[in-house]
Amino acid sequence: MLTVSRLSKCFGELFIFKNFDLELPKNGFTVLIGPSGCGKSTLFNVLSGVVNNDGGEIKWCGESVAHLGGTSAYMQQNDLLLPWFSLIDNALLPAKISGENIDNARMKARSLFKRLDLEGFETYSPAEISGGMRQRCALVRTLMFERELVLLDEPLSALDAITRSSLQSLLVMLQIEFHKTILMITHDIEEALMLADEVLVLSRRPMRILDRFSLRGAKLRRIDDPDLIKIKKYVLNLLQEELDI
Amino acid sequence: MRRSNLIALAAILVILASWEMVCSGLHIPDFILPPPSRIIAVAVFQAKTILPHAVTTALEVLIGILISLMVAVVLSIVMFAHPSVEKTIAPFLVASQAVPVFAIAPLLVVWLGYGIASKVLMAAVIIFFPITVNLLEGFKSCNQEFRVLFQLMGAGFWKTMRLLYWPWALPHFFSGLKVGVSVATIGAVIGEWVGAQQGLGYLMIQANARLNVDVVFAAIVWLSIMGLSLWIFVGFLERRVITWKS
Repeated sequence: MLTVSRLSKCFGELFIFKNFDLELPKNGFTVLIGPSGCGKSTLFNVLSGVVNNDGGEIKWCGESVAHLGGTSAYMQQNDLLLPWFSLIDNALLPAKISGENIDNARMKARSLFKRLDLEGFETYSPAEISGGMRQRCALVRTLMFERELVLLDEPLSALDAITRSSLQSLLVMLQIEFHKTILMITHDIEEALMLADEVLVLSRRPMRILDRFSLRGAKLRRIDDPDLIKIKKYVLNLLQEELDI
Repeated sequence: MRRSNLIALAAILVILASWEMVCSGLHIPDFILPPPSRIIAVAVFQAKTILPHAVTTALEVLIGILISLMVAVVLSIVMFAHPSVEKTIAPFLVASQAVPVFAIAPLLVVWLGYGIASKVLMAAVIIFFPITVNLLEGFKSCNQEFRVLFQLMGAGFWKTMRLLYWPWALPHFFSGLKVGVSVATIGAVIGEWVGAQQGLGYLMIQANARLNVDVVFAAIVWLSIMGLSLWIFVGFLERRVITWKS
């Protein structure tokens, strides 16, 4: 589905990553985990075309593209809901911008509100609801994009533990029910092990892949599984060593 | 009435009362400094004479505000869209404010005549600047993450302007507008001083020459009421439009 090969990005002399390779299978859930400041978010900015790359190739469905700006939806820690719009108008933003039929989009948004348990809050303003609900609304907006690839940049890290676990199951839904291909950044190793089909452990700058794990089993996985605990310890060790250098 | 309002009202009354006492206590003649009671009496009882002048000045100010609004919105959007334009015209904009309105007032009267056009323009020259500067700053202050979001959604400049930059800059716009309307009368009155046939500035010059200082003060009272009403109206609009900030 997505193949990234020999992708590089530098700021002046400083290489954030050099000859970075990445492969995402269709409808897969890939999680990147790494020490903070390793360049994960820069990778997302390069992939989505917010900043230019300094060499390398991005292939989408076998075709070489400059960036994934037109093919991916992006969701991050900050829900980025516009305070002057109601929740439904925020969800309709992609439709308003692309100029598609707003009535159809409204119907679709309403059913998504229902599915994500936001029904009845359509006319509320973002300031009136909780952080978890805001992030769910941001998720609706992300789904309204109609893009196959979803880039998630620590989407849940600003939420409290209880809200987070309820939203983690919605991320699984994103993959299974809406057939999205997902690339997610997280700092939370447990979250990675609960959600991912494949976990990539990243090094410090210049960023490269230290190790990778393919995971099986129905999601959300229980984190007390002995195999997962072993992997968790190993990954934590790996990241610890990265920080100690 | 709220406590803060009561305190403000009390302060005004204290100032007026001491003014009144100073005038009567020191036997200051009316043509030097009339007491507030006299000024209010003139402002109210001579309203018939003063009102047409006030209407003229109000008209100049309002048209000036409308013109400067249009100019400010267009200018700030163009400067925001094209930083090179901003670099080019910013010095001229600043220069237009550095030159005292007094200096250009006689010129404008020569060019545009004794009618209201020269006063409207003078008011507009003063008002457009704070609105333009604030709007531009408002656009620029827009959060980078939101801009990226719009970029990723494939929004062009005008859609981003309408859905993001404009609402984002609205609080800035209103602070600029508040500054603008509160100084708007300056331009109009100066224009009327230099040469006019009608208006509160004209009335003041005429009355001053005859040592009718009470009329001068009455005109000032009317001007203040005008500026204050504009300010209150803009504040009211602001609260109606910007509902997402409390």
